[in-house]
Amino acid sequence: MKRVLSICWKDLIITLNDRSALVFMLLAPFLLTLGLGLVTGSFSTSSSGSLEDIPVMVVNHDDGQMGQILIDVLFSEDLATLLEPQLTDDEDAARQAVKSQDAYAAVIIPAGFSENMLLGDVESIALVPLVEVYSNPGAPISASIVQSIVSEVVNQMYTRRVSLSVTIGGLMATGRLDASQKEAFTTEMAGRLGGQQESTSLVTVNVNQGEPEEQVNYLAYLAPGMAVLFLMYTVTQGSRSLLMERSMGTLQRMLTTPTRSVEVLGGKLLSIFVTGLLQMVVLVAGSGLLFGLDWGSPIGVILLLVAVVAAATGWGILLASVARSASQVSSIGTAMMLLFGILGGTFIPASMFSEPVRLLGKLTPNAWAMDGFTLLATGGTLTDLVPSLLALLGLTVVLFGLAVGLSRKRWASGFLK
Amino acid sequence: MAGNILIAKDLKKSYGDLEAVKGVSFSILEGEIFSLLGPNGAGKTTTISMLCCLLEPTAGEAEIGGHSIAKEPMDVKRLIGVVPQDLALYEALTASQNLVFWGQMYGMGGQALKNRIVEVLEQVGLSDRANSRVDTFSGGMKRRLNIAVGLMHKPSLLFMDEPTVGIDPQSRRNILDMVKDLRSQGMTVLYTTHYMEEAEELADRVGIIDHGQLIALGTQKELTHLVGEMETLRLHFNEDESTADLLSKFEKVPGVKAASATDHQIILTVADASDVLPEVMNASAAAGVRIRSIDIQEPNLESVFLHLTGRALRN
Ligand SMILES: Nc1ncnc2c1ncn2[C@@H]1O[C@H](COP(=O)(O)OP(=O)(O)OP(=O)(O)O)[C@@H](O)[C@H]1O
Ligand SMILES: [Mg+2]
Repeated sequence: MKRVLSICWKDLIITLNDRSALVFMLLAPFLLTLGLGLVTGSFSTSSSGSLEDIPVMVVNHDDGQMGQILIDVLFSEDLATLLEPQLTDDEDAARQAVKSQDAYAAVIIPAGFSENMLLGDVESIALVPLVEVYSNPGAPISASIVQSIVSEVVNQMYTRRVSLSVTIGGLMATGRLDASQKEAFTTEMAGRLGGQQESTSLVTVNVNQGEPEEQVNYLAYLAPGMAVLFLMYTVTQGSRSLLMERSMGTLQRMLTTPTRSVEVLGGKLLSIFVTGLLQMVVLVAGSGLLFGLDWGSPIGVILLLVAVVAAATGWGILLASVARSASQVSSIGTAMMLLFGILGGTFIPASMFSEPVRLLGKLTPNAWAMDGFTLLATGGTLTDLVPSLLALLGLTVVLFGLAVGLSRKRWASGFLK
Repeated sequence: MAGNILIAKDLKKSYGDLEAVKGVSFSILEGEIFSLLGPNGAGKTTTISMLCCLLEPTAGEAEIGGHSIAKEPMDVKRLIGVVPQDLALYEALTASQNLVFWGQMYGMGGQALKNRIVEVLEQVGLSDRANSRVDTFSGGMKRRLNIAVGLMHKPSLLFMDEPTVGIDPQSRRNILDMVKDLRSQGMTVLYTTHYMEEAEELADRVGIIDHGQLIALGTQKELTHLVGEMETLRLHFNEDESTADLLSKFEKVPGVKAASATDHQIILTVADASDVLPEVMNASAAAGVRIRSIDIQEPNLESVFLHLTGRALRN
């Protein structure tokens, strides 16, 4: 066992001395995340951290009841922790605040909102943009939350208005209501309607966890993808180093010392695993700090990292057991890294793939890692993580089994020598 | 009287149809330097690889320190040190880091390991470069570090496979002196080379290996006796002269036992140089080829090889 650790330690020192490897392992994923993040404008202070006290400007040009109902909802007790609304008359100032990210969204209720809601034709109401939510693309989650609250309220108003007009239509058709009475009746009904509304029944805020791809900050999506993409680079390097040692003669030299071949292979295996794990820890901790990402449950993240690195190591040794030379490992490894990155949904969410491609992607550690990290970042628990962990474990076992099976023949024919 | 530390019996190794080693038997006495002398491809490395348990022999057996290489490889490996023909070092690590790692592979650790590294670096003359990366070393320095690795655990038997290949004369001198030091410290060495001079300088006994077979074995005196009282006549020609025709003529000269040509040289094994020389001069004059210089040598390992194989050692 001591010798296994010595081999692992030796490999770690070599990796730490290898500047270009370090650039690939640690710097490249950061830079790519940073680059893609800038391109897609994903940087914001809100990011995917806990969603609290979203600053919202509220401008009310309406003087009727319906505008007031919407404002009551926004300022209600239920939304107090989520939103931090501020009422203003100055629409320009509100928009400016959003532009400068002092607020993440501005809710602008147009003049005549109540009138339009209550008295307009049912058909035309839907066509008019009723309430504007002006938002900053730098805070996509916050903006979409405000948007969903507002549209929930307005939709409910609209739904009630439709049923109301159906009722009126019915009354008129049966002659119980004549045209002259219609307007007074409608106003009264609307008054009751508004008066009856409890804000809680009018709106339910639903930060949907079922479809996290659309909700999570793109950076929180990008960073783990890049980390795992370059994890595949690391395991490729690891399996390459095994074949390099064979061609350099250091592998054979180890076997002339009182070291068993299982110890040699165990040492190489451990060094791939440990190097990959260290890389992932640095990347996760680093991008957490750098991009202000909250990765979610720390224990969950650690378990997921171990499982992902184990599965990636499995692919690495499988590669080492089929490749004939170090340069072959390099070329196959690079192709594998990119293919896995794509199939695993590093660049495009896997949910956009066709079913067969998505299933194929399930063979990559990348896909399970993406699922797991997204799950944790959106507040998933350890229990939620279990399926991903089991899948990665299964993948690891199968890959190791294949690698050992394929290597047996080779070792027997003196491949190590 | 010291016993045998190594006994090899009829070792064979085939690679497919190619018989690289065709049944080699020899033994090495404790404390001696035993040299395997042979040209490229003779089977030296293959023989050593079998002895250090890296290659499984196709047939045959060997014992080192009383342990069978086939049945007790771990016991064998604890006794031996190996200096492979091709450098087997980590270029990205420093000399010390390499020695730490290889020491650990031999089961060393702690203060003993640290002390031994200082000692070994001193022995190979690399103390001042202990903390430099190996990829900043000259070829000769790398060779010396390659040897240092094999010395780490003070092996009873050290295998050195052509340790001076491709280095400058000064580094070679260094290494040869180092090997002599090792012997004076009581280490047993199996030294392979294709340089006759190295075997002559170092070896107590020499095994001459060619085409996978041990064609002669003994002390240098015993071997040169094989050639009898023969002398070696070495004729040097100008670079533009063709020696091909001459060779066949020389072979017919009475008193010439063997003849071989290398670049611009013809080497003759003769009973008495003074008898043969006039005829040789005449033959070359008749062919219109000018001899630039002539050496006459007492019997040596070169002439033994020539005598046994009809070829010069260096091809
Ligand atoms: N792995 C191998 N596969 C096939 N043939 C091999 C292999 N290793 C060595 N040989 C062949 O076996 C023969 C002996 O090779 P070996 O390396 O033992 O010679 P050597 O005496 O060490 O030569 P050199 O002085 O060049 O090192 C050569 O013909 C070589 O081509
Ligand atoms: Mg050799």
